[in-house]
Amino acid sequence: MSKISIIIQREYLTRVKKKSFIIMTLLAPVFMAAMFLVPVWIMTRDDTEEKVIAVIEDETNMFKDVIPNSQYLKFEYLGDATLDDLKTNFSDKGYYAVLYISPKVAYIPNAVQLISHKQPPLDLTIYIANALEKEIEQKKLETYDIKDLDKILKAVSTNIHVQTIKISDDGTEKETSTGLSMGIAYIGGLLIYILIFIFGAQVMRGVIEEKTSRVVEVIISSVRPFQLMMGKILGIGLVGLTQFVLWIIITAIIITSAQSLLLPDDAGQTTQAITENIMSAAPVEQTQVPVTQTQDFNEIQQIFNSLHSVNWGLILSSFLFYFLGGYFLYASLFAAVGSAVDNETDTQQFMMPITIPLILGLFVAMGAFQNPESSVAFWCSFIPFTSPIVMMARLPFGVPYWELILSMTILVLTFLGTTWLAAKIYRTGILMYGKKPTYKELWKWLRYKN
Amino acid sequence: MKLLEARDIVKQFSNHLALNKVNLAVNEGSIYGLLGPNGAGKTTMIRIINQITAPDNGEILFNNHKLKANDVFDIGYLPEERGLYRKMKVGEQAIYLAQLKGLSRSEATSKLKDWFEKFEIQAWWNKKVEELSKGMQQKVQFITTVIHEPKLLIFDEPFSGFDPINVNIIKQEILKLKKKGATIIFSTHNMESVEELCTHITLINESVSLLEGPMDTIRRNYSLNEYEIGFRGNVNLLKATLSTQYKIIESKQKNGENFIRVRLLNNISTNDLLKTMLSSGNIFSFREIIPSMNDVFIKVVEEASKKDK
Repeated sequence: MSKISIIIQREYLTRVKKKSFIIMTLLAPVFMAAMFLVPVWIMTRDDTEEKVIAVIEDETNMFKDVIPNSQYLKFEYLGDATLDDLKTNFSDKGYYAVLYISPKVAYIPNAVQLISHKQPPLDLTIYIANALEKEIEQKKLETYDIKDLDKILKAVSTNIHVQTIKISDDGTEKETSTGLSMGIAYIGGLLIYILIFIFGAQVMRGVIEEKTSRVVEVIISSVRPFQLMMGKILGIGLVGLTQFVLWIIITAIIITSAQSLLLPDDAGQTTQAITENIMSAAPVEQTQVPVTQTQDFNEIQQIFNSLHSVNWGLILSSFLFYFLGGYFLYASLFAAVGSAVDNETDTQQFMMPITIPLILGLFVAMGAFQNPESSVAFWCSFIPFTSPIVMMARLPFGVPYWELILSMTILVLTFLGTTWLAAKIYRTGILMYGKKPTYKELWKWLRYKN
Repeated sequence: MKLLEARDIVKQFSNHLALNKVNLAVNEGSIYGLLGPNGAGKTTMIRIINQITAPDNGEILFNNHKLKANDVFDIGYLPEERGLYRKMKVGEQAIYLAQLKGLSRSEATSKLKDWFEKFEIQAWWNKKVEELSKGMQQKVQFITTVIHEPKLLIFDEPFSGFDPINVNIIKQEILKLKKKGATIIFSTHNMESVEELCTHITLINESVSLLEGPMDTIRRNYSLNEYEIGFRGNVNLLKATLSTQYKIIESKQKNGENFIRVRLLNNISTNDLLKTMLSSGNIFSFREIIPSMNDVFIKVVEEASKKDK
């Protein structure tokens, strides 16, 4: 077995066997899955507890029975009670909350109050507001005394959805979803940023550990410093890949198994089921409340449709490429920093030039998924220190192949260069103890022959 | 036959010259002392032999060929500043280091088991290094240095951190390794152990080698032609007799017996001295005073620094 593979093996196994690795590998997918599942869960498991709400208003009985009851919401109109009485004892009487409507509601938007002991859910306030808005609009329109108002309103009601279709160079058309592209761009860019930081810092800490424990001198009497550095970078890179693959697999398992538990049907039917559920919850004539929600669901449906239009092969393989390329580029720099110092607190002054381009990359990426063709995003997707993050943010919106290939080539060439330079600093640094070196000294180390 | 020869080694660091035309000639099967004050350039020399750094000039011959990358398998190195991975288990770590020296996993395991048995430390195998005391760690490190049975062993201060019992155990192991045919370069400030173990030495001071050769010859070269005589009789009378032709360095009483230290001047032989003394008392011991390595070391280094001034 070659020496470098012995080193890779040690770096890999000691890290993979650590408790922290196992915990991180298992916990992160739980959080990721929760991010997907909790909203769905909340939607499907709506409040099943029946809430009775007392409605009172001053003198005028303008809003009597205006708010429709739904499956779990009952509104009781109390003509004779006063707010002050009810405020103190509504829960004793079995009410969840008191809704107070002032007659000035038509002119003062906050003339409606919902008094309860617990923070009422957002759904409930939206439900009440929608119903009241509709009623007031209706009343106001009636004052204009227009004939056949209902018919006119129905006739003018329109609902616009902009369908985005991309035509590629060979003329094929694809339905796309901007929301989905943004989502992929966001996750891809952010994930690369986080992974480079986590695993790059691990390389640095590994180098410092070898240096402070003084084991490094024994090891480089057996292997060349370059082999030790590359073994460490490759070993930790493999740890990163392993963790990433495990995250994807475990997340997928959790989501699919949770989906089959929570929602027995497939995604399309599920959305339909939810839509029906909400439709049946509201009386048919009160369509305005659910309409906005069904629109949301149409959009989800659309996203599901355009999921198929995404070139997953390209996105995933580019992600792997940019993760590895970016990692190698930065890991060698992290290794050089680790070799130059005696302990982690001394790393800060050398960390700046590493973290600034990374953070800059993230900022540009954040702009890139709003405007992927901006010139800043364009150039930063070629500059190798930012390209892994920025290109991942541009990619889901479609990037010409020549740009992708050029960006990748520059990245590979640069990481070969930085590794070469880092190795020079590294082999001198690991044997230097004591005084914290300056940039000038690092420059000197770069020019040492051996 | 020479196992290792260093010829005119020069190593320049950015602000100082670490080695200036230093030579070493290490005979196969010998224990070679590499001596010198702190900062003299010993560690740089050792690192060059281990190919950790390369010399700016000069060449190293190992086993009659120019030192090459694969020779690290035939060299074992115990650095002065030693250490192991603190979080790694002892056995696993020893196997790792042995693998880097070219042993296969199974070879390494069986050899290590033998060594652990010999040192009676089998119970440490699954312990983390950080759970061991410093002396225990040193023992493990000693084993990992010699596990691949290299032709050349380099020990930099091998006894530091050991209690006297363990110093003795390690000393015996070093001698056993020598008997088995290993060649040993031994760098230390402990001159007693140099006298005890080394056959040849090189003394480096301020990047140049000041002394080189067989230790006995060097010590004899620095001898001042002095003798210590133990006798029974009248001291003052003896002193009076000797003072005309000899220089009396000191006279003392030890356990009720008289001892007198005398330096021979000119071409007077020891027999002449004995003849002169026979008349004045009863001689019961007579021995030549050869300077200790400690004396030689101090003398040579101090003379060199005087010259610089």
